[in-house]
Amino acid sequence: MTYIVKPKNHHPLLEKNKLGLTRRDYEGAVSTLCAGCGHDSVSSAIVEACFQLSIESYKVAKLSGIGCSSKAPAYFLNQSHGFNSVHGRMPSIATGAAMANHELTYLGISGDGDTASIGVGQFVHCARRQLNMTYIVENNGTYGLTKGQFSATNDLESKSKYGDDNLFPSIDLPTMAIQLGASFVARSFSGDREQLVPLLKAALSHKGFSFLDIISPCVTFNNHKTSTKSYDYIREHNDALSKPDFVPLGKEIVTEYPTGSSIEVPLHDGSLLALEKLSQDYDPADKIQAIKNIQESQRDGKVLTGLLYADPTAKDLREILNVSDKPLNTMGKSELCPGSEKLEGINSGLR
Amino acid sequence: METKYLFKRYKTWWVKVAVPKEQRNELGYDLRQSLKTHDLEEAKRLRWDVVESLKTKIKSEDSVGIIEKSKDPIEVYVPPTDTAYNQYYHKVVDCQHACPAHTPVPEYIRQISQGNYNEAYMLNWESNVFPGILGRTCDRPCEPACRRTRTHEKAVAICRLKRVTYDHKDDISSLMPVPEKSNGKKVGLIGGGPASLTVARDLALIGYQCTLFERDPKAGGLMRTNIPSFRLPEEVLDEEVNQVIDLGIKTEFNSEIKSMKKLLDKDFDAIFVGTGAPKGRDIRIEGREEANKNIHIGIDWLTSIAFEHTKSIGKKVIVLGGGNTAMDCCRTAIRLGAEEVKVTVRSPFDQMKASEWEIEDAMGEGIPIHDNHVPKRFIIQDGKLVGMEFEKVEAVFDESGKRSLVPTDEEPVIFECDDVLVAIGQDNAFEWIERDIGIDFGEWDMPIVDKVTFQSSNEKVFFGGDAAWGPENIIWAAAHGHQAAISIDSFCKNQDLYKRPEPKTTLISQKMGVHEWSYDNDISQAKRFLVPHADKKDALKDLKLEVELGFDEVTALEEAQRCLNCDVQTAFSEDLCIECDACVDICPTDCISFVHNDSEENLRNKLRIPAVNLNQQILVSEQLEQTSRVMVKDEDVCLHCGLCAERCPTGAWDMQNFLYQEAKVYS
Repeated sequence: MTYIVKPKNHHPLLEKNKLGLTRRDYEGAVSTLCAGCGHDSVSSAIVEACFQLSIESYKVAKLSGIGCSSKAPAYFLNQSHGFNSVHGRMPSIATGAAMANHELTYLGISGDGDTASIGVGQFVHCARRQLNMTYIVENNGTYGLTKGQFSATNDLESKSKYGDDNLFPSIDLPTMAIQLGASFVARSFSGDREQLVPLLKAALSHKGFSFLDIISPCVTFNNHKTSTKSYDYIREHNDALSKPDFVPLGKEIVTEYPTGSSIEVPLHDGSLLALEKLSQDYDPADKIQAIKNIQESQRDGKVLTGLLYADPTAKDLREILNVSDKPLNTMGKSELCPGSEKLEGINSGLR
Repeated sequence: METKYLFKRYKTWWVKVAVPKEQRNELGYDLRQSLKTHDLEEAKRLRWDVVESLKTKIKSEDSVGIIEKSKDPIEVYVPPTDTAYNQYYHKVVDCQHACPAHTPVPEYIRQISQGNYNEAYMLNWESNVFPGILGRTCDRPCEPACRRTRTHEKAVAICRLKRVTYDHKDDISSLMPVPEKSNGKKVGLIGGGPASLTVARDLALIGYQCTLFERDPKAGGLMRTNIPSFRLPEEVLDEEVNQVIDLGIKTEFNSEIKSMKKLLDKDFDAIFVGTGAPKGRDIRIEGREEANKNIHIGIDWLTSIAFEHTKSIGKKVIVLGGGNTAMDCCRTAIRLGAEEVKVTVRSPFDQMKASEWEIEDAMGEGIPIHDNHVPKRFIIQDGKLVGMEFEKVEAVFDESGKRSLVPTDEEPVIFECDDVLVAIGQDNAFEWIERDIGIDFGEWDMPIVDKVTFQSSNEKVFFGGDAAWGPENIIWAAAHGHQAAISIDSFCKNQDLYKRPEPKTTLISQKMGVHEWSYDNDISQAKRFLVPHADKKDALKDLKLEVELGFDEVTALEEAQRCLNCDVQTAFSEDLCIECDACVDICPTDCISFVHNDSEENLRNKLRIPAVNLNQQILVSEQLEQTSRVMVKDEDVCLHCGLCAERCPTGAWDMQNFLYQEAKVYS
């Protein structure tokens, strides 16, 4: 929590994007989260990603549920649309909004409690339906807002700050998302901006359900020695699959990778996610291999990060349902509700 | 880098060579040696021999066994910044660093914003002796250095705030230090200007008996004779000059020293020469002799007005010259009743020597400035001056950047005039110093003075102010005075003059609570406030009516809030950092980066925003535990808002007030 307003003064050499905006133009209010909260780094990475993609803020809808993570949308993109929904119900709101107006970019921010406990049912169906959105879980393995109880993503071997044992195994959200049919699944770490920003850019450019599980340490309740979601634990156990490099449309890949060590994931808008392989068995197009990688790494006590799985050819919800290209919210009453005559026609066709 | 191994103390360039970690117990963080020069070019030439010798010294201290370890880490990696070295944080306080007398600017501005005008005045008085005078007349080297100029804004009106400390103070006599009892040593001071008065004040306070010789009837030097009272009221001048004299200085007014030899025969333990540059330069062109009655040397003319010998001038006046004296001359002429005053200057307008604000004020009073006009002759009719002829020129620069003024072949310009004021520069005058008394003279007939000690080749004689190396301004004279006083004291005690006392520094955390600091860290978005002026109609009629009125209390407070508190330093403790990046994310000016160490050039280039301003330092931490990176902070545009420290969960960042007090001979 900070008392002064962040001064509007910025560095005279601050870069501008295609829209003539600086990174500062994508910021939100000053955070009221604890100092050092991983969520603030995620917000800052979102700011950076949206700035670099030259996204128009007013064409973004940021949605969230309840929790520390769900406060975060106030701290970035203060010129975009926002909806702070009921606990765990962000996916329904996102689905409704995206069906009414698919021309916005939908960015859902949730936490481990909001997604893996109270909202797990909503999350499951949202992923299964391939809603075109970016779904971020700021995963700290604890209920920070209610002072440090275990959440459903807390690892079995991780003790609480006060020494209590965790009795239940954790839910692995990326595994779930892959199994449920999400077409872009990645895990990253709030303290690794170099990995996080390109992954965010790719997720935002991907059409379909992009899921990002971001380990985001809770400095107040889950950054102690026996935690498996602390800054130093993640840094020590981080097992990165690849080094991502987001290549915007029309740009060439300038980095030279040794033969056979790079993988390219084409995205719908023509941009590209280039990945330098750090692991032999890495193939993000192979669903089974992806799950195997996660399981093996878990067995070895490591935290697997990077792009885990991607299917750039998958259909999204609107394609599956064959919904009109014209956003529903721009249609008139007569189009949306063609009247009893049409209904009669349909009914008679069924007789 | 251009200034690799070099750093500046006072005006003198030094060489500094870092000591490898394993030898720091024996040798300290670095080895330093003075190059004894103020000139950067010369310092650049001289540095390599010294660097070599210091490096040899480091190597010879290094036992053969550990050569393996020190595979020259200095060249490849930037060593952690030694913030204990007193010049590091000092340099971050740009205004104080730029001030020749190193006045603690942010500290006194904070005192102003708390309404402590007396304390603010005394802080100034200790550093620069003449806060009220300088608050009206200083050349303000601090303002272009102000950090605000680098964050897209105008500098804080530091000079005008200094004036506020004088204007709003109460009786400060109880705060004035009391001189120690006499130590029996006698010092003679020649010339009653700012340099001599500073030496006198410093030495009187520690018991020296000082005698001031002044050719005019009152002390003050050029502050009295050359600065018109509409810029510097006499009562301000008298008050601050008398503050010094009242410390027990013996004065001998109306007594011009005509022979140094005779003075040396008197029983002074040391003599300080602060006679300034009292000789106004004359112009030698056709008609000069015939028109003599109506041609006046600027500074002499201003002096005769100050002492009320001259009270009028002709209707049409031409002022020759583009410096501050020319500006004072033309504005004075108008007040004496001249109807048509114009300034002509040889150079283009943008290369005039006068301070920007002085030019603005002159033009604001309706005085035209004709640039690129080279005076050719005085036009005499019936034995009387009636005008001047000028040749029009333009400035042409050759490849080496040297300027020449080339005639444009236009028709000569003729301006009518009754009187001409010549303000084209001033020189030193040392006819009164005999050349056989051990004082060596060099180029331009100037005495050879040591740039660190201010001592001449006659060990008893010291020089300072304009008398030492030609015309500068008051704040330089005060700075010279402090240093000369230190030298004179060392000399009288038979101590090494090159052993200069260290400045006093303190570094104190400003943390009061979780997000509470004992300084106001909110960044004011106000624009620089303008100072009110006296009504022009009244001002132009009255030679003594002060034009600038100074800030009232409310405006002073607002302007004081614009100060960024650059002396509240961002201190970083690597052992507390958990590399959460919170400081990187919050910093409004992207000053903080966590990167892998590299050579300085590479390091500067790979920051979040490259640190391209090489005049500004970078703060480099020790290697961090989790990722082996280092924290690098570019000091260039840091707003000192403290948000990094507020967002830091572990207190690895702290805001600490750094007070740097330049060493004085008294403590």
